[in-house]
Amino acid sequence: MEFFKFSKTFDFMGKSKVAMIISIVLVLGSFALLATKGLNYGVDFAGGTIVQVKYNTAAPIDEMREKLKSNAIFEGASITEFGSEEEVVIRMRTTTGDVVVDVGDVTRETLVGTGEFEIRRVDIVGTKVGSELKEKGIMSLVLAVMGILIYVAFRFEWRFAVASIVALVHDVSIALGAIALVGLEVNLDVLAALLTILGYSLNDTIIVFDRIREGIVKGRDIEFAEIIDDSITRTLARTTLTSLTTLFVVFTLFMFGGEIIHAFAFTLLVGIIVGTYSSIFVASPTLLVFGFDVKKYHVKLAEKAKREAEKERIRSQFESGVM
Amino acid sequence: MRMKLNYRITLFALAIIFVIFFSAPSLFQLQDGKKVTLGLDLQGGLHMLLGVKTEEAVKSRIKSIAASVKHFSERKDILIDKLNFDENGITLTLLDKDDVKTIQSFFHEIQGAVVVAVDESVSLSLSDEEILKTQQQAISQAIETIRNRLDQFGLTEPIVARQGEEKILVQLAGIKTIEEEQRARELISRAAKLELMAVDEDRAARVYSMTQSEAASYGDVILEDATNPQVKHLVREIPILDGSMLTDAHVGFDENNRPLISFSLNAEGAEIFGDFTGKSVGKHLAVVLDSKVYSAPVINERIGGGSGQISGNYTVMEAKDLAIALRSGSLLAPIYLMEKRSVGPSLGADSIKASLIALVGGFILVIVFMVVYYRMAGIIANIALIANLFIILAVMSLFGATLTLPGMAGIVLTVGMAVDANVIISERIRELIHEGKSIHKAIEDGYANAMSAILDANITTLIAAVVLYAYGTGAIKGFAITISIGILASMLTAILGTHGIYEMLEKRIQKSKNNLLWFGIKG
Repeated sequence: MEFFKFSKTFDFMGKSKVAMIISIVLVLGSFALLATKGLNYGVDFAGGTIVQVKYNTAAPIDEMREKLKSNAIFEGASITEFGSEEEVVIRMRTTTGDVVVDVGDVTRETLVGTGEFEIRRVDIVGTKVGSELKEKGIMSLVLAVMGILIYVAFRFEWRFAVASIVALVHDVSIALGAIALVGLEVNLDVLAALLTILGYSLNDTIIVFDRIREGIVKGRDIEFAEIIDDSITRTLARTTLTSLTTLFVVFTLFMFGGEIIHAFAFTLLVGIIVGTYSSIFVASPTLLVFGFDVKKYHVKLAEKAKREAEKERIRSQFESGVM
Repeated sequence: MRMKLNYRITLFALAIIFVIFFSAPSLFQLQDGKKVTLGLDLQGGLHMLLGVKTEEAVKSRIKSIAASVKHFSERKDILIDKLNFDENGITLTLLDKDDVKTIQSFFHEIQGAVVVAVDESVSLSLSDEEILKTQQQAISQAIETIRNRLDQFGLTEPIVARQGEEKILVQLAGIKTIEEEQRARELISRAAKLELMAVDEDRAARVYSMTQSEAASYGDVILEDATNPQVKHLVREIPILDGSMLTDAHVGFDENNRPLISFSLNAEGAEIFGDFTGKSVGKHLAVVLDSKVYSAPVINERIGGGSGQISGNYTVMEAKDLAIALRSGSLLAPIYLMEKRSVGPSLGADSIKASLIALVGGFILVIVFMVVYYRMAGIIANIALIANLFIILAVMSLFGATLTLPGMAGIVLTVGMAVDANVIISERIRELIHEGKSIHKAIEDGYANAMSAILDANITTLIAAVVLYAYGTGAIKGFAITISIGILASMLTAILGTHGIYEMLEKRIQKSKNNLLWFGIKG
């Protein structure tokens, strides 16, 4: 089977203006969402408590709410269904420092009489730990981007590095926008998903860049835009296929992986789609905007070769004793 | 036609045998051999980050100096007019100015003491350096104590470690019930501070009408009774001796077969205890544990030998835990909860089930897709994919790495991403065949051309994974581990494994001339 038979080059760069507009609208929209609605930080970053309760029968949410009202420490607590109607999650901003009796224990005692239940998970994150995790999280995103920037600059050229970072920022912004849009809780796993998107989206971009690099070396009289179009077309099958297989697994994770892995899978799902799109329609056009001059590159390359040859000539003269 | 063996396929085959051998213990849950450890989120367990209230350690250090100077002055017949202490230090006013020198030299023996003498009074405070040292010591001592206690609790491989400057990480796997968890938490956090205190006989009758501050003005403190909080005791604030002089504690039974704890004191403790009881016949002695009075019997005679009992209204289990706590030493400073993550075993089992379904589902989808799209080339890529899974499992088993739920997600993701290298290669080969190259040339050049893309693409993903490992915490680290191993394994299986398979089959592919069968393309 072949999805894309390589017979003609698609005019990607010609359509890049339209793509640019779509991208800018999406990124700006994401920024607007982040500014207005904001991210819904979960306990990992904001601090607080999560208690996951599973009942034998459907969870009596109203009755639970009533019970929780009896104690001030549950003020502002929210109860939401978690995966099935027997299971709920109670979220609150309260944390306690006592080791022996914590919020989880208080919750268990308060819920006595609401039916037969089991406390399946208690997460308590103190504000100090929460802000430390947040700090570390931001640091890790910055470090990952920097590490990638340095590597790409080293393996390709600075313009390639900048273009790939533009694509990365694009992907992460849109993924964050989507998270804000659906009001997904941002915890450590979402951060892990974002870092994976960084790596993954770049993966696609690099494959295209690798072809462009090859094209530059091969053809000296071809327009840069043409090289890009040719490279994207030639890698189109690979880009689509790998994205497809990855999408398969992320989708099964999203569908069957369980409620705990949901936010992680959702972030990846959005990231992979956006990441694939960006490696074709964002990274390469950005490269074009920065104006990589193929001819100049070849002149430079030729000069370098000439210098090498000259050196070689002098060396051989020296060795044979002719000065 | 004979297939030729080449070094790539030989190495690959050896690697496969190796990884199957090392993943077997984990896969079949064999008794012997190194296995993958399941994270707390998969097997259930308790993870806690604890903080230490180090300022309390400084306070109790000063309190114990106060107790020792009191004992010292009694032995030397030095009369103390007033003895005050707070978290900053001790001030002592003596009746006789001649004794100042003796007290001063006693204080000077104490490490890190800053001693100032004015007229009849001597004051002691601790140097900043000493305070810092005391605080640091409180943390290391807490780690040591908690570890000792948990080692005797009976769970397999409890983890107690320092995290950062001032946090203590406690991880307990295999906790089955809430009751068990609570017992562990009680054991960990129990101060287990034993104090033997003198009852203030002169004022004891007025205890119910006295405020805590009034008691303090007499140098006393009001403590609750352990069995009945309504009952109050008025005791001297400076203890006769404390649990630091304890050498052993174990569970015994009284005449009614109720559990009690017998303890023994070291030589110094025994001496102080003997001195005090000898002097105080007919008076009451309060046995105080964690600021609660467990008993306050009348002293009938001098008690030598340095042993005593703590009787209370506890179950055998409670008495046992208490004895463990006393034996392992008291916590110099109270601890508090900074982070807790507790997962019940049933949730862990559900998570394993769900992630396995996702793994199998994703795996089948990818495998079928690869065969439909690439035919034989797809089957070869699938062999590499299966090898990848074994490699991840084997490497994790060998290093005793922990498999967490995000780690499982990492493996699922690897299934989707690991075919990437082979997709890149297959596409290159297809391209070269379309260009009319021979099979041999197409395979060799396909691999050569794909190499730089495979390397660059995977290394950048690896950079992100390594950062995640360095900055990630707990379960997230597990994701970084599986994804990193997965990436490295996919490069290895593609460069070594599938290349070797193609080389071996090359002649056969050439002879068949069936590109549709081998590469899924016409022509």
